[in-house]
Amino acid sequence: MSETAHADAHEHHDHRPTGWKRWVYSTNHKDIGTMYLALAMIGAIVGTAASMAIRVELHEPGVQFITDFQFYNVLVTAHGFIMVFFVVMPALIGGFGNWFIPLMIGTPDMAFPRMNNISFWLLPAALILLVIAGLIDGGPGTGWTVYPPLANADFHPGMAVDFGILSLHLAGASSILGAINFITTIVNMRAPGMTFHRMPLFIWAMLLTAILLLLAIPVLAGALTMLLTDRNFDTAFFSPAGGGDPLLWQHLFWFFGHPEVYIMIIPAFGVISEIVSTFSKKPIFGYLGMAYAMAAIGVVGFIVWAHHMYTVGFNVETRAYFTLATMVIAVPTGVKIFSWLATMWGGSIKFDTPMLFAMGFIFLFVVGGVTGVTLANAGADQAFHDTYFVVAHFHYVLSVAAIFAMYAGFYYWIGKMSGKQYPEGMARLQFWVTFIGVNILFFPQHFAGMAGMPRRIPDYPDAYAGWNMISSWGAYITAVGAILFFVVLWKTLTSKETVAANQWGTGANTLEWTVASPAPFHTHEQTPAIGTQPAAIGTQPAE
Amino acid sequence: MQNSRRIILGYNSGVAFLITAFAAFMASGANAAEPIPWQMNFQPAATPVMEKIIDFHNLLLTIQVGIVVLVLGLMLYIIIKFNSKSNPEPSKTTHNTPLEVIWTVIPIVILIVLAVPSMKLLFFMDKAPNPEMTLKITGHQWYWSYQYPDNGDFEFDSNIIPDDEIKPGQRRLLEVDNQVVLPVNTEIRLLMTSEDVIHNWAIPAFGVKMDTVPGRTNESWIKVTKPGTYYGQCSELCGVNHGFMPVAVKVVSKDEFKKWAAEAKKEFAKAKNTPVKVVKMKSPAQAQLR
Repeated sequence: MSETAHADAHEHHDHRPTGWKRWVYSTNHKDIGTMYLALAMIGAIVGTAASMAIRVELHEPGVQFITDFQFYNVLVTAHGFIMVFFVVMPALIGGFGNWFIPLMIGTPDMAFPRMNNISFWLLPAALILLVIAGLIDGGPGTGWTVYPPLANADFHPGMAVDFGILSLHLAGASSILGAINFITTIVNMRAPGMTFHRMPLFIWAMLLTAILLLLAIPVLAGALTMLLTDRNFDTAFFSPAGGGDPLLWQHLFWFFGHPEVYIMIIPAFGVISEIVSTFSKKPIFGYLGMAYAMAAIGVVGFIVWAHHMYTVGFNVETRAYFTLATMVIAVPTGVKIFSWLATMWGGSIKFDTPMLFAMGFIFLFVVGGVTGVTLANAGADQAFHDTYFVVAHFHYVLSVAAIFAMYAGFYYWIGKMSGKQYPEGMARLQFWVTFIGVNILFFPQHFAGMAGMPRRIPDYPDAYAGWNMISSWGAYITAVGAILFFVVLWKTLTSKETVAANQWGTGANTLEWTVASPAPFHTHEQTPAIGTQPAAIGTQPAE
Repeated sequence: MQNSRRIILGYNSGVAFLITAFAAFMASGANAAEPIPWQMNFQPAATPVMEKIIDFHNLLLTIQVGIVVLVLGLMLYIIIKFNSKSNPEPSKTTHNTPLEVIWTVIPIVILIVLAVPSMKLLFFMDKAPNPEMTLKITGHQWYWSYQYPDNGDFEFDSNIIPDDEIKPGQRRLLEVDNQVVLPVNTEIRLLMTSEDVIHNWAIPAFGVKMDTVPGRTNESWIKVTKPGTYYGQCSELCGVNHGFMPVAVKVVSKDEFKKWAAEAKKEFAKAKNTPVKVVKMKSPAQAQLR
């Protein structure tokens, strides 16, 4: 590792800040990535606490401990916002993206390091605003969809919803800045020889995610601003009394909201592709198909938004169009699933924890994906809309699958990030506890939903008690899994056992495995050499 | 009851037999139109629309179970066959164009097979062909009001019966003070709107779920084939008491309906000018936000 020695030699000439300044003033992609991951963990604790409160309340019929139903709605809202904007996005995009885009494309840092700093620091500010929103004036009991008229000043007087809007504005600005940085970096700063068709799939995923963010977030910002002026300056964009239309909000929100779900899952696709290839000791199967499947999902993701709105009273032709367009997404998604299976096929697979989580991801994503095809049909959706079946569906694909990708990425890269070995046995235990927990948690919700249980209710008819009790027990098991994760994290960071530069061996051939572990403060100060095969770039480090 | 058993047992013949048998066992002896403990399936259909939804879902579920089993099977095979012990030398295959074409084309074929019945169902459920009467539904925070323009144009409110007034045998969170009464085997047009925020009028057994949007009138329809009482709940988050504005519909014979309508016209004409009854739920926040 001549490069490591090289970096060490430069260490003395670095004028980098230390102590708190190292983090607050940071322009280093690795430090910023670490801060994103830390913020995601804080967000995860808050968001999980909200969901646990919900599951405890729903453990039995009747009121358990939430006597204020507005507070219940605030918990539902906070859980949604925090998990989307302050857990999944910062971990998969801000965390892994910042850490590994420069490392994988062979460049010293992001294109705009100072913008990277502000793009991170807007996010804690946004989280604080969101927490304030939840604590004042009864909180925003609107759900994360913030549908007016419920979100209007008439039905949510006080400043709670305004604080929520400002929070999303800041989080959105953060995402837009990050997206610009990612796109510029990936388009302009790849090492010589790394053409678009030779980029690792993780880089493809981050590029496509950044493009989706850049196109979708401004629409949300526009809608939020309209809602803000409706609430405070007597405009009537969404108020029928003033000539506006509540459905305009739903169109704008879901024009952002549907790409948003792909913004959360495409980075997960990237992480899983890297891990499946590494542990199968095979290059990814159908590389171009995989890359363009993600691109196709991103493009089609912009023309299917109204499938979230089948029951608003569209004419039948509109619903027919959105049904057919939505079903199309199943094709590129199928290509991805089958390509992962084909990558494993014929491989020499080691089932370390990252691979366990990756295989868990594939299976759970298929389960959530097939129920997605059910919900895509406007006709069938009339029975499923706004029931727990929908809750089960999107938790399988987002909560479970996205979180499995986060766990997988963590175990895959923690050696590179910290230089320490995670405890394998305990990590596998964490996988199994989590895998069993989430299935007990979410699978029975399909049944409750088919029996007719609506979403977002603090109490339910007694007939739904059975499956809700099982679901709550699943939640407690999943929470044990999350606690185990933090134990693993602690054990890893305090471990004396270090890892080699390439801890995964011959399968791991992207550029981040050519630098030392932990990755030095500055990496790729010399431009790395790039091979010719898409998934076999970089020099093979000695075993 | 006979009919409901048939529908449940007809569900996904063969594919998930155990689940079906379990659900049928659980469903036996229950009333037709409410959720029952440990239910895993739809409530039995009471309208042609819901019957078609269940039929279509049986097709969907069969294909889905097939896909999940296929993927799970492939993964188990991979785990057994291609782990580093049984297969120390990884293959170098990264492309197989015919295979890639197949796994693109087969999903497209499956989607086309699904799209045809999906479109049929969608266009069938859209509008009543020949509606014989109209029911107007208005959502409020947090109760429903109903109007019968073709049967004397009377209207009334329908409030939840709160937990502390519930009588033994009544269904908690589903019972209302004034049930909607409708005639059996009659095509009924439903017109819906809202007075404040967006609500959603839904009855699972009818296959009806439609937002009530302020400033808009939405249309749906039902033709209930079996007399009985049917329950549903508001299905769009509408504020503090979203979970406490149920829908209860009593379906009676056409003669009984005529009698009821004549009486209801007199009764609700008197009540028209009395103030709206506010139901007190346990939430202290309700008063502030109302």
